[in-house]
Amino acid sequence: MDSGTFEPSLYTVKAVFILDNDGNRLLSKYYDPELYPSMKEQKTFERNVFNKTHKADNEIAFLEGMTIVYKSSIDLFFYVVGSAQENELMLMSVLNCLFDSLSHILRKNVERRCLLENMEGVFLVVDEIIDGGVILESDPQQVLQKVNYRVRFLSVIPQNLLYQYNHWKFKQKTSVLDCRNTNQCRCLV
Amino acid sequence: MIKKFDKKDEESGSGSNPFQHLEKSAVLQEARIFNETPINPRRCLHILTKIIYLLNQGEHFGTTEATEAFFAMTRLFQSNDQTLRRMCYLTIKEMANISEDVIIVTSSLTKDMTGKEDVYRGPAIRALCRITDTTMLQAIERYMKQAIVDKVPSVSSSALVSSLHMVKMSYDVVKRWVNEAQEAASSDNIMVQYHALGLLYHLRKNDRLAVTKMLNKFTKSGLKSPFAYCMLIRIASKLLDETEGGHDSPLFDFIESCLRNKNEMVVYEAASAIVHMPNCTARELAPAVSVLQLFCSSPKAALRYAAVRTLNKVAMKHPSAVTACNLDLENLITDSNRSIATLAITTLLKTGSESSVDRLMKQISSFVSEISDEFKVVVVQAISALCQKYPRKHSVMMNFLSNMLRDDGGFEYKRAIVDCIISIIEENPESKETGLAHLCEFIEDCEHTVLATKILHLLGKEGPRTPQPSKYIRFIFNRVVLESEAVRAAAVSALAKFGAQNDDLLPSVLVLLQRCMMDSDDEVRDRATFYMNVLQQKQKALNAAYIFNGLSVSIPGLEKSLHQYTLEPSEKPFDMKTVPLATAPITEQKTEIAPVATSKLPEKLAPSRQDIYQEQLAAIPEFQGLGPLFKSSEPVQLTEAETEYVVRCIKHTFAGHMVFQFDCTNTLNDQLLQKVVVQMEPSEAYEVVHCVPAPSLPYSQPGSCYTLIRLPDDDPTAVSCTFSCTMKYLVRDCDPNTGEPDDDGYDDEYVLEDLEVTVADHIQKVLKPNFGAAWEEVGDEFEKEETFALASVRTLDEAVGNIINFLGMQPCERSDKVPENKNSHVLFLAGVFRGGHDVLVRARLALADGVTMQVTVRSGDENVVDVILASVG
Repeated sequence: MDSGTFEPSLYTVKAVFILDNDGNRLLSKYYDPELYPSMKEQKTFERNVFNKTHKADNEIAFLEGMTIVYKSSIDLFFYVVGSAQENELMLMSVLNCLFDSLSHILRKNVERRCLLENMEGVFLVVDEIIDGGVILESDPQQVLQKVNYRVRFLSVIPQNLLYQYNHWKFKQKTSVLDCRNTNQCRCLV
Repeated sequence: MIKKFDKKDEESGSGSNPFQHLEKSAVLQEARIFNETPINPRRCLHILTKIIYLLNQGEHFGTTEATEAFFAMTRLFQSNDQTLRRMCYLTIKEMANISEDVIIVTSSLTKDMTGKEDVYRGPAIRALCRITDTTMLQAIERYMKQAIVDKVPSVSSSALVSSLHMVKMSYDVVKRWVNEAQEAASSDNIMVQYHALGLLYHLRKNDRLAVTKMLNKFTKSGLKSPFAYCMLIRIASKLLDETEGGHDSPLFDFIESCLRNKNEMVVYEAASAIVHMPNCTARELAPAVSVLQLFCSSPKAALRYAAVRTLNKVAMKHPSAVTACNLDLENLITDSNRSIATLAITTLLKTGSESSVDRLMKQISSFVSEISDEFKVVVVQAISALCQKYPRKHSVMMNFLSNMLRDDGGFEYKRAIVDCIISIIEENPESKETGLAHLCEFIEDCEHTVLATKILHLLGKEGPRTPQPSKYIRFIFNRVVLESEAVRAAAVSALAKFGAQNDDLLPSVLVLLQRCMMDSDDEVRDRATFYMNVLQQKQKALNAAYIFNGLSVSIPGLEKSLHQYTLEPSEKPFDMKTVPLATAPITEQKTEIAPVATSKLPEKLAPSRQDIYQEQLAAIPEFQGLGPLFKSSEPVQLTEAETEYVVRCIKHTFAGHMVFQFDCTNTLNDQLLQKVVVQMEPSEAYEVVHCVPAPSLPYSQPGSCYTLIRLPDDDPTAVSCTFSCTMKYLVRDCDPNTGEPDDDGYDDEYVLEDLEVTVADHIQKVLKPNFGAAWEEVGDEFEKEETFALASVRTLDEAVGNIINFLGMQPCERSDKVPENKNSHVLFLAGVFRGGHDVLVRARLALADGVTMQVTVRSGDENVVDVILASVG
């Protein structure tokens, strides 16, 4: 939150990560070697960010001196981290590009299972959007063209059906979890 | 937690995460199929993905196993499967630092980067640059230059970004690609434009002229990329900042014109740049504020956040500029994003009126537990600012702060609250008791040693002077029973202060101290024994010297003196008066709460300014034997700022001498000055003993010369003197470009302004936390009193300021602040006179048609009293 002009630079993104709905890391990239150099620090940071953000879909947060923009989809959380002075809208454009590109290659099934099935595509997309902290591309169409990645197994199942199945499964899971917390259910069990 | 995990796995089936139970060794085993012919792209791809996934999870790969896998992977270049090849590039990048001999793939990558397949070329360049070092870079330089100007955007972008990464490593090589980058900057593709601009700036940023030229070119021609615009705005505002260019410069116009850009990102960047400019006027801010106001009602949370955060910054300096947005900010205080709501409220607290404070505080307390620590600190800072603005609201604030103090939170947050409460207590005497009560409650359950000791110190200082001192004893003694060593020691000191000041508490305090003498820690026991003995003497003077007002010497100075004493064994006891005094008293520093981002930096214990001078002067042989440095003055300018030679003087006072340090700067680039001395003609009986010349003074390199003066011994009251100063030197003309001087020079001189030595130069500021006790300690043996009329002064504030400046003494008991609407005031000043005599001044001021002042001076030495009174009159 410091004021003053900072060194103009192309190094916009400090980190990108994708977590599942338990806060486990599925993919993460840190571009600033001075920021959380050890794996332990990175995971603690991710845990803190997850705890502060998974409850409400607020799009933007400020934690540990860092601006974080995020987005969730079914059981996935996407985060883009920048410095406190960074233009929030630039970070937002990275996040949107990441999400839209993935949404396209996963045929709108942006959920954990599908993402993991196509992990190589995800790695390639992230690689095309950010290179060492510099925004390489922010237009999803361009990213898709460059990655030129074909989804492997999804074509067999009709898309909307799978989406609905996943959605239903997720709902089920959460409702079961909720029930478990109430006294009534505990008696039944 | 683990249980929940297992449950979930059962539910979603084992296939939910294909990477769930990956074993590194098993994956590396699998990697052997890379060597099979023909290559099975599908399976190989899957294994590469697993390897990258493992690396991403933080799995550690040993050098040998990584190298082995890497070499196996290189075989996959034989396959023409696109995705597989792309994954190979990724693996190369991931393993670049783990595996050995990664350069083996250089030729394969070079082939891909110059090949026909455009899909491969960009990624191949990026992978290649990742594994290349400076020597190798020369070999691929030709390809890089071609790639930068390639007509395929992805190739050009990749080459530009990779070049940027390599600037750190091999600046000299990349520098040669400026022309190619220049060409790429005029590309039609928006990303290529952006990357080219970034690279050009990084290559030229040390050459201000080149940056200015580049800015002029791009601001005129116009760019298509919003990213590039943001970059241009940043460069422009940095340049404005460095050149301190006025706001009528074309650069400022450019930034302002960006406020009308189509893209929100650019508009916001421009607004933020204007807001962050130093000394911006309200009129210049207005357009930026009005676009931010529009953003406040955007449906995008990020945009609202960005706008309100920037407005919050404006409100710190120009609250009136933001008042126009109050209505929009009001709408944001119920925003579902708590960060936005918090920022909106704290902004409103800065801009709104006193009447809205209660309502806003109520709103914010409803969700304070939901926001992150960073924002809680922002809230506390806003409250702290508010308390200074509306002192009458302190009860609302205090209540709110005490609630916050009870909540969970990290150290930074708690420290901000405690600092805020302490500053409220100091500003408003009537809030003292409630504030102390809240703090007492806080230390009952406080895990931060620093905060606990700080509060105990405050309790020791303020507690004894409250109407009911006895109620604090319990809180303090609880600490002795329950806490760590540092806190126990602080508690013992606090207890002693109660005993020293309140006679009826003394017997109980002695009993408590008796118990502390059984403590397991040395420091605690020592303190208890020491205070016990001092208190049992029941002498006011002893209490004042050893309990209320601690040592006023500089700690590094004391350390050095003691070290020196142990090196030279002598019969004489160690004399505290030889130790230099501490300069800036600790409490004098403004209690500004550090901004969040910088508060992480470790606080260094910098040596004080005077300690540095002490070192410098001690290194000059002529000044050895002068004793410890007593005081160094602030620098005095002896020339105008824009003259040929700029000279400023620092007065160093010693026990019987003064050293004048002249810092000279030569601003003529065609002259070299040598043997520079400053000749001083005193008006009184001061004797110039010695001059130390500055041997050489080249263009714009400051140098120092010194003049040593002996103070008159026979007349101790002669403290003020005026010196006329002339700088004498040998001039040698020189070539402005090379700095080569001519062989012969000529003598010349330059008249400086007169330098004055006043009584303030002989007195060092010392803070006496308990002035009353110190007053008693010095006693009235040499007390003198006189009354003066200050005809030219109109207000008490002005009078107080004048006296402090004139005498150069430390105001105690916050008596430098005159309460509003009072006609009389008492000012307490403390200091040490040259030679080590304490001197205390009590000035009673009364306002009536001018200011009347009754000055009472006490000191251990009669001469000192006379000197002070004589100089005031």
